[in-house]
Amino acid sequence: MLIYLYDGTFEGLLTVIFEIYERKAAPAQIVCRKAELPGLFTQTIPVITDEAKADRVWIGLGKKISAAARSQLYKAFLSEQPQTAMLIYQYAQLTFASAVSIEDNFAADCVRELAQINKQVFRESHRMEAFIRFQKTADDLFYATIVPDFNVLPLISEHFRKRYADQRWLIYDTARHYGLYYDLEKVSQINLDKEIADRSGNLPANILEEQEHLYQKLWQTYFHHVNIPERKNRKLHLRHMPLRYWKYLTEKQPQ
Amino acid sequence: MNDKVQEKLSILADAAKYDVSCSSSGGKRKNENKGLGNAEGMGICHSYTEDGRCVSLLKILLTNYCIFDCAYCVTRRSNDIKRAAFTVDEVVNLTINFYRRNYIEGLFLSSGIFKDSDYTMERLVRIAKKLRQEHKFNGYIHLKTIPGASEDLIKEAGLYADRLSVNIELPSELSLQALAPEKNYGQILKPMGAISRELVHNKEEKKLFKLAPNFAPAGQSTQLIVGASAENDKQILHLSNQLYQDYKLKRVYYSGYIPVSNDNRLPVLATPPIIRENRIYQADWLLRFYGFGVNELVNDFFPNLDLEIDPKLAWALRNRHFFPVEINAADYELILRVPGIGVKSAKKIVSARRFTPLTFEHLQKIGVVLKRAKYFITCSGRSLEQKDYTEEVIRRKIIFGENSYRSALVKQQLDLFQQVG
Repeated sequence: MLIYLYDGTFEGLLTVIFEIYERKAAPAQIVCRKAELPGLFTQTIPVITDEAKADRVWIGLGKKISAAARSQLYKAFLSEQPQTAMLIYQYAQLTFASAVSIEDNFAADCVRELAQINKQVFRESHRMEAFIRFQKTADDLFYATIVPDFNVLPLISEHFRKRYADQRWLIYDTARHYGLYYDLEKVSQINLDKEIADRSGNLPANILEEQEHLYQKLWQTYFHHVNIPERKNRKLHLRHMPLRYWKYLTEKQPQ
Repeated sequence: MNDKVQEKLSILADAAKYDVSCSSSGGKRKNENKGLGNAEGMGICHSYTEDGRCVSLLKILLTNYCIFDCAYCVTRRSNDIKRAAFTVDEVVNLTINFYRRNYIEGLFLSSGIFKDSDYTMERLVRIAKKLRQEHKFNGYIHLKTIPGASEDLIKEAGLYADRLSVNIELPSELSLQALAPEKNYGQILKPMGAISRELVHNKEEKKLFKLAPNFAPAGQSTQLIVGASAENDKQILHLSNQLYQDYKLKRVYYSGYIPVSNDNRLPVLATPPIIRENRIYQADWLLRFYGFGVNELVNDFFPNLDLEIDPKLAWALRNRHFFPVEINAADYELILRVPGIGVKSAKKIVSARRFTPLTFEHLQKIGVVLKRAKYFITCSGRSLEQKDYTEEVIRRKIIFGENSYRSALVKQQLDLFQQVG
């Protein structure tokens, strides 16, 4: 039982893949150092992240598969699911062993399972693009908090930068304790010492812009009046908008 | 002042909600002026109402005062309801402020006809123009074309809007005469024709000058009401098919009629025909993405879609001579016709079989619904079903499950009677 340990970063995982080839010693598992270690009869190999080694693997993959397929590996990694590290290694192994690109080989387990994880990550990032609700503060900052199932902030940054080019905004992931801040020029990653919003993402009333409450109420009014009661379909409603997202949705707050 | 806007919003959102279109995709407007909004990507549904429909756009009427008296419409002249009208600035402010908070993708603006068609259309255009020019708004704008509006105004509307639509509502001239006495087909088809000509013209212009102004880049759409008049599915789908072919429509929407009035020109319905609406949508998809001809789905022998099973399965059961399809050899087009295999699965099958012959296990993992597909396919000559079932048996097995279909048969039929009403 050979277990490779890495630091939880994507570069770390790529370094592990490099080391596996270097040592010619296949892994039983690839585990993030923070995670609990399994079993007694195991041998662990701690791997120190090395950018040069990670680059070689990344470039090597780029020679065999399309740019889109390669970036899918990174996106799947953002799912933070423990099994993705092994799946990405298996995918790399399959890629390096084949003369042609294996990215469409949905008969191979790792290709198909990574495609499935990717779909979930994509869906979550798309949901964040839809369900994020900004509140405007008195100093013209548009503020939103989120707790996405996966670490999707890196994937939605471009979307919000393009869309809200003329307003300052901040999206904060309260589970992973970091956020994205756009200052009208560029987006940067920030950490807050103390989170301003309460657990359901509401800002204290005294720092809101004076019309904020009015527009929240208008939106709630609108939401209730576009509904057609004769067609009520709660099951479908919940499928599209699962309960765990409601706490951030302005329209779902008590009036 | 604020209470007034609240009240107007509640009245004019209520009045607009029977328009089902909510799409915000297909626009190609990029945020290149450091303005507000970006409509280049896929559409986004920001919320869902309790009836499960998506909320993507701020969908409102400019006013619900109307000089027309169409029986199926909640804002008809003779209906005794509260009336209201937004000012141009109120609509602009709501749109901008909702958009900035990430509530919506943009605006879908329609209106009752007050004074005359051009007067109304001119106001709709003015709002779109103001959003684009004064507020550098690059979000999505869908404008409804008012029946009878002049061609010049429609042309101008297309410069600011991403999508234009003219609602046909009733699927035949005859029912239009009975239910909407002020309207006629010519009046509806004329602007539709004008928009479609302008779209073609704009496409050619774009080939010559890259910077030629956009004209409604997300195309045009329309809506048909299902169940308010006597047309069968064959008439409805043939009309849609013609609209897709002759007018190059992006979408035809179908709206199961919801009794919004007790006008005696209309049928009495207990509940809206939601299952029928769903089957028509499925058939519409088969026309646009699955390569089916309209006559294959509905014709003189089968004028209405089967409510119990989807139209693709219904077609497959009527045309068993096409099957079984061999998954490892058949063309993409034929694989796409197998019940239980959608566009995505079909593409995956065609990709994956280049690497290895596919088995039923592969298919299941790829996402094929074997419950339906297994009666119609073989994998490398193997079939999951040993017996050759009749159409009727397959149908029952699929609807009610493998074994217990006899008792379920009774239950399902009772359910259906209740649902169809």
